[in-house]
Amino acid sequence: MKRVLQTLCAGLLLVCTAGIAGAPLPMDSMYQLPVQLTNQEGQTQPMAARRGRPQLVTMFYTSCTMVCPMIIETVEKTRKTLDAPAQQRFDILAVSFDPQRDDTAALRKYAATRKLDLQHWTLAHTTASTTRQLAALLGIQYRQLPDGEFNHSSELILLDPDGRVVARTDVIGRLDPSFVSALRGLVAAEPPAPGKH
Amino acid sequence: MTHRLPRRMRLLGWLGLPLLALAATPAAAAGQYLVLPGGSFASVLPADGKAMQPQIAPFRLRSEPVTNAEFLAFAKAHPGWQRGRVATVLADAGYLSHWAGPTVLGAAALPQQPVTRVSWFAAQAFCESEDARLPTWYEWEYAAAADATRSDARADPAWRERVLNWYGRPSNTPLPAVGGDANVFGVRDLNGLVWEWVDDFNALLVGVDSRDQDGADKLKFCGAGAISMQEKENYATLMRVAMLSALKAANTTNNLGFRCAKPAGEAR
Repeated sequence: MKRVLQTLCAGLLLVCTAGIAGAPLPMDSMYQLPVQLTNQEGQTQPMAARRGRPQLVTMFYTSCTMVCPMIIETVEKTRKTLDAPAQQRFDILAVSFDPQRDDTAALRKYAATRKLDLQHWTLAHTTASTTRQLAALLGIQYRQLPDGEFNHSSELILLDPDGRVVARTDVIGRLDPSFVSALRGLVAAEPPAPGKH
Repeated sequence: MTHRLPRRMRLLGWLGLPLLALAATPAAAAGQYLVLPGGSFASVLPADGKAMQPQIAPFRLRSEPVTNAEFLAFAKAHPGWQRGRVATVLADAGYLSHWAGPTVLGAAALPQQPVTRVSWFAAQAFCESEDARLPTWYEWEYAAAADATRSDARADPAWRERVLNWYGRPSNTPLPAVGGDANVFGVRDLNGLVWEWVDDFNALLVGVDSRDQDGADKLKFCGAGAISMQEKENYATLMRVAMLSALKAANTTNNLGFRCAKPAGEAR
């Protein structure tokens, strides 16, 4: 697959510079912040390893019963507005606000309960201080309450293959047409790639 | 180490030496951390978003905001944090823009003035470099509630007026050097010098327009909704919360600096 990508990139230099390993990260890339994420399989990787494909990023926590299920549903709804090949051209990343309770097992269980297709989805957790940094980077506010619950803002953020913010929305519970069209435009420029990170 | 410096500073005061004398020993002034006992504290931001008072564990706080001289030493030791080399997502275009160069202070940034035009990420990185962190909002608010004789002077109208008067000063006048009057904990310059970053600036969950609390913000914040602020007559502190919650982590302003904190148990 990598060879295919590189061949494609040779022809489409402008579009594909992101896919070539070693090209310097743009200064406005979210991948400029070193963030180690551990996914629902227990694998730990830098967030920058997701470079090369568009990403739909959000934050949530698994024990949340109020808005968080709606965040996950809104992402699913957004994904399903695209046709099947277009759905293969971007990844979804949801990072937990709650590293204390959302360990690998909790994330895996949540993915199973919500029937999330792990070909598209990555659920991840990181350290408490990195969670705070990542939220600050993404412009998401959250606060842990004495009872262990969280207050938080709800946002979907669309990153281009180099990690630059292309679009964001705080519309939850229904589709945001301008966000959907930004996603559609972004993936239209991408080659199909079944590879998972 | 902990006790040596205050004595020296007191001595300087007795000798009538101007504060500038401290500029000769910036390394000695660096990173002096004082223990604050903490406890239950009536914050303007209730812990549960409604009325519960937060509990603050004992902690150490830098006696003064970080100065230009101290930040310069940090930037020299960590070239990635020099102006022009920092990613724009970590610090905006105003980052250290009043310095004469990436590693030169110049006339507009005196060594003993508090460093300003630093982003939250840069402030965090500085604190990490001395094995510290930014204080939480509660720690900062608690420390700043004290005056020279009382650990909580906020009910005193004179305290409120003093803090508010500072807010009224134009922000384009040159900043004084650090080293104002110590409060009862020995901490200086919490009120009346610069705004300061806190670790959880993005946890205050107050709408930029707080008149909006029953409307959009209820939907904006999952869970209990926007926090209902307490102590509404403490207008000075409420303004600070509103300012902090309006910031993005990469933002820099000409009167926003920081200081660092540590757990109390750590010997230094």
